[in-house]
Amino acid sequence: MIRTLFRSRSPKVFDFHGGIHPPEMKHLSNSTPIAPGPLPAQLVLPLNMHIGAPAKPLVAPGDRVLKGQMIAEPGGAVSAAIHAPTSGTISAIGPRPIQHPSGMDAICLVLDTDGKDEWVTHSGVTDYTELSPGELVDTIRHAGIAGMGGAGFPTSIKVNLGDHQRVEELIINAVECEPYITADDRLMREHADEIITGIHILQYLLNPRRTLIGIEDNKPEAISAIKRACKGCDIEVRVVPTKYPSGGEKQIIQLLTGKEVQSGQLPAHVGVVCQNVGTAHAIKRAVVDGQPLISRVTTLTGDGVARPGNYEVLLGTPVRDLLSHGGVNPDALERLVMGGPMMGFTLHNPAVPVVKTTNCIIAATPEELPEPPEEQPCIRCGSCAEVCPANLLPQQLYWHAKNDDLEKAQHHNLMDCIECGACAYVCPSHIPLVQYYRYAKGAVRQQAADQLKADKARERFEARQARIDAEKAEKEARRQARLEANRKKKTDTAAAPAVDTAALKQASLEASKAYKAAVKAAKEAEANEAENSAELKAEAERLKAVADKAKAAVRDAKNAAPAAAPAEDRVATLKKQVGDASSAYKNAVKAAKEAEANGDDNAAELRASADTLKAEADKLKAELREAKANAPAAPAAAPQVDPVAELKQKVGEASSAYKAAVKAAKEAEANGDDNAAELRASADTLKAEADTLKAELREAKANAPAATPAPATPPPADPLVELKAKVGEASAAYKAAVKAAKEAEENRAENAAALRAEADKLKADADHWKAELREAKASAPATPKAAPATTDQPRIPEATAPQSLAAVDPEEAAKRQKRLKGLKTAYNMAHKQYKEAHAALERAERKEDVTADELNDMQRRVDKLKNKADIARDALDALVEEAKADIRAHTGKDLKTLKLEAARAESALADKAIELQRLRDSSSEESLEALNSELKALEAEAQIARKALKQAVEEQGLVE
Amino acid sequence: MSLITSSSPHASVKNNTGAFMRQVIYATLPGLAVLTWQFGWGTVINVLWAVVVALVSEALFLKARGRSIGFYLKDYSAVVTAVLLGLALPPTAPWWLTLVGVSFAIIVAKQLYGGLGMNPFNPAMVGYVLLLISFPVAMTQWISPGDAPSLQQSLQLFAGQLPVDGLSGATPLDTFRTWAGDEAALASHPILHGELAGQGWEWVNLAFLLGGLYLISRKIITWHIPAGFLAGLAAPALVAWLIDPVRFADPLFHMLSGGAMLGAFFIATDPVSAATSRNGRLVYALLIGVLIWVIRSFGGYPDAVAFSVLLLNLSAPFIDYYTQPRTYGHNKPNRGTGS
Ligand code: SF4
Ligand code: SF4
Repeated sequence: MIRTLFRSRSPKVFDFHGGIHPPEMKHLSNSTPIAPGPLPAQLVLPLNMHIGAPAKPLVAPGDRVLKGQMIAEPGGAVSAAIHAPTSGTISAIGPRPIQHPSGMDAICLVLDTDGKDEWVTHSGVTDYTELSPGELVDTIRHAGIAGMGGAGFPTSIKVNLGDHQRVEELIINAVECEPYITADDRLMREHADEIITGIHILQYLLNPRRTLIGIEDNKPEAISAIKRACKGCDIEVRVVPTKYPSGGEKQIIQLLTGKEVQSGQLPAHVGVVCQNVGTAHAIKRAVVDGQPLISRVTTLTGDGVARPGNYEVLLGTPVRDLLSHGGVNPDALERLVMGGPMMGFTLHNPAVPVVKTTNCIIAATPEELPEPPEEQPCIRCGSCAEVCPANLLPQQLYWHAKNDDLEKAQHHNLMDCIECGACAYVCPSHIPLVQYYRYAKGAVRQQAADQLKADKARERFEARQARIDAEKAEKEARRQARLEANRKKKTDTAAAPAVDTAALKQASLEASKAYKAAVKAAKEAEANEAENSAELKAEAERLKAVADKAKAAVRDAKNAAPAAAPAEDRVATLKKQVGDASSAYKNAVKAAKEAEANGDDNAAELRASADTLKAEADKLKAELREAKANAPAAPAAAPQVDPVAELKQKVGEASSAYKAAVKAAKEAEANGDDNAAELRASADTLKAEADTLKAELREAKANAPAATPAPATPPPADPLVELKAKVGEASAAYKAAVKAAKEAEENRAENAAALRAEADKLKADADHWKAELREAKASAPATPKAAPATTDQPRIPEATAPQSLAAVDPEEAAKRQKRLKGLKTAYNMAHKQYKEAHAALERAERKEDVTADELNDMQRRVDKLKNKADIARDALDALVEEAKADIRAHTGKDLKTLKLEAARAESALADKAIELQRLRDSSSEESLEALNSELKALEAEAQIARKALKQAVEEQGLVE
Repeated sequence: MSLITSSSPHASVKNNTGAFMRQVIYATLPGLAVLTWQFGWGTVINVLWAVVVALVSEALFLKARGRSIGFYLKDYSAVVTAVLLGLALPPTAPWWLTLVGVSFAIIVAKQLYGGLGMNPFNPAMVGYVLLLISFPVAMTQWISPGDAPSLQQSLQLFAGQLPVDGLSGATPLDTFRTWAGDEAALASHPILHGELAGQGWEWVNLAFLLGGLYLISRKIITWHIPAGFLAGLAAPALVAWLIDPVRFADPLFHMLSGGAMLGAFFIATDPVSAATSRNGRLVYALLIGVLIWVIRSFGGYPDAVAFSVLLLNLSAPFIDYYTQPRTYGHNKPNRGTGS
């Protein structure tokens, strides 16, 4: 008690710049108790009585509803429910006039009342601490509570700051600084206890360090009522001097805490939450009594009504009904203001309904609020600047706004004007200054929106341009590589082909140029804090990869040039083969390592293909050894070994190795990996090798008649059987892949798309083998085939790799989830204990026979518990923050990558289609077919990417 | 019920620009009274005549521009210009001098710029400077203090039928400027040794100070401009006087001579042509004060209120850009033009 006394004796109240003292006119309405309002025949309930998304109707015309029944639910995160203020029948849902500056109609629920005033079953909770904060927020949300002081921001949002925000001060705004209005004044005088309970609920939700109520000193009765009601609890009553606009959110924060809310920020940024007393009252009714927000106290005042005073008005009551309830004199009435005379709106139509934010209706006579005199020129007297609570220079703002010089107006901080009207009130030239500011602000917002749109379009265009350039370069590089390979094939055994490294170089140059441009764009975007800087960065990364790829192609082309020397000596050929194979292997290993380091999805695949290559190289080495061993011993053709068969086998092996490499490369490309180019290059090497071998085989066949015919050495196994086995394996692998992909899709794993693509490829593979089998069957006796034994090895690790990747994330998340839950429980417990202890202390304080020591003990206990709760809360905050950051980073990155991939796939598809179109007439059947199949593959890829993107977007939407 | 719709706020103060201006006119009355006591009826005649000329020129011009005459005359701004110029003119001024000055002030310095609120220069001072440059002799002939001519003489002077020479004498500022540096001569001129400062003029200035304080008390003007003005005038005067009291007049003499108080409270405070923010006004007025001291001490004219005010009028927009207040929610004030 001593503490409380001490505190209330020295409350520090700060001051703010400017302010005015218009005639208060509160005596008109503050002397009579709050009386019930009328029960009109019809209530009109706008779906948007609050700031945010309109509510969604839950009823249809003709439905009978009971009092308190929810008839419209929140239409979004920032929205509020609507309840039937009395029982009756919904007669219409449609446009009705509402209070809106533009005089526009809006969609309203129309309720024909039946006079029975029949309640829906409802109940509150006696001890709100039994509910978790989340449940309480839900209760508030479903009770349709929105800020009752004027703005109408949904309260559930304001009291649900997120766990990471610490509330220093909870400020209860009971200033009511506008002339005429006395609704909060009467509410405090008559329902102080309920208000205090509401504030306690807010405290429980927000756990502020301090709770302050600010009341203007022109309401002595309300001040003493509130002081009486909150005796002994940790709520500080601060009496502020009467001055308009002390009740402005920023002003009351400054008055009570000395803090300034930074321009463009919310009070929460300085650890302050502001709530109106009326809102606190509504919260108590909703939580303790189970009554949703269906009525409010509205001041009916002005010389135009016979019985001015405060009325408990049902929401939706047309102002007309309220006026006749208060005994309006229609002849004397000239101006009808909803809200106060400083910031309220004039009503064009008395059919407009009372809504959640309607704190006052002024029925003013011409003498009371005369029409403003004609506007005179601004004499720059500076009176306006003297009273501006935002410390602006209204005369300069006016000057620039009038001249449409928005830039200068903004330089004078136009956007910080709170439209309080103090400047216009004092202006001796009666300039409607606020009107000018509203106009200029609207223009500024419009301009900003237009600018944003233009910027976005430009950035999009630039990014697209960069992408197209890069793709061109990439394509060029690929084309060159293909060309190179073709040429190599043609001039196989002839002299070394002239490698067109110049073209490749050019392509590489272009690619790196594109990359640099992209980097620049990204940097600029970042400097401008553009939204898509991350995207641009990703784009730059990708272009870098492209450039690297192009460079690698150049390198490889250079390497390949000497490699394609004519093969004369068998040992030499083998040597070369061994060299090529082992370098291909090394490349693959390197690529795999890199991929692993980058945590790429296909690292396992790369590793597998590296293994294949190694096996290949080893085999070749063994062969070489053998050949070397045989070379001196049998310079002539060895009768034991049929060279044709041997070559055939070798060709088969080489071409399957080539196929595996191509597959790996394609996949890598699809995933946009860095090492795709390397893989492609190694595939090319292998192809060249295979080609060489094929050529050799052809030659050998041509020479065959001279040697002993084939039947002498029959193949060790029936080729058909082997092919069958292969088909079986391939389709099993395909099926496994499909299953994995499906599972991944169900779990919405990131790599579902990749898996699906994989499965498709395997299917193609299986199909290929099937076709071959068919062919082999048809020509079985004629062509015995050599069976490469090792080609199927890579499949096994491939199928299992993605699964192990998918498993990483959920585990981590689950762990955190568990920790989070534990901390939450700890915090809830600590908080509850603290609250209990606090309540006990309060009870004890009120009792006379408790000793000071006992009180001190209890106080200490309370402090300790609070401390504990605070610690738990801080830990919780930290963890939640971490988790949030993680999730954000994660999903954000994924989405962007996916977007990029989808875009890339689409454009690759488009390019390919164009290329096909172009080549249709000029190219050979074969290349057309190749292109066609490529096109199909790309189409499938694009499809998959699109799907993945869509899914991710939807997911994100849910998260948000 | 036909309801008025309007934009908030729906209430406003009862006063208006006209009332504002009328307060300024009332506040000049003590000064006018002392001027009349010291120098005869000349100033009253000047003021009345100037008002007539101002109203007629304004009405004619408004008519030519097709504006509502009644509405614009009601703002009293033309009357204020006329009164201030009338007070500044010598009591010996003939009718045509006032006619030229006032009509030029109203038509050229105010209406041609677009009327009230649009004029960058103080119209009264534009008129004054025009006359000072065109008719330097007529503009510098003042009556010796306490040697007031009769009403009849004043009327004759006004009509231009009485030679001024017999009545005129030097002002304290003139006298000091002529004999600065000569200690014996300065001591021998009684006009320099009134109760507080120069004879006669000390009372005139005190009367304007009184009127000015009234304006501050009625919140018609704020203290920034008068305080800045007087500080700007007194500070260099004090320093110089401490260094060489024979060459330089003391600060009190400066503040109570010539148009100092009229300038500080009535002329520099013309809101339209002054800087507009609080800080801006301080800077603006301080510079006017300093400039007056410089011209009085080293320039070719005995007094310099008009020149200094006009020069600073020219700089007012610039000063405004660099003296914006710190807006709520901003860490520091904006500077510059913003473009
Ligand atoms: S109060 Fe009115 S006349 Fe005075 S400076 Fe402000 S806008 Fe201009
Ligand atoms: S309306 Fe804007 S400019 Fe005028 S006093 Fe209020 S905040 Fe200042």
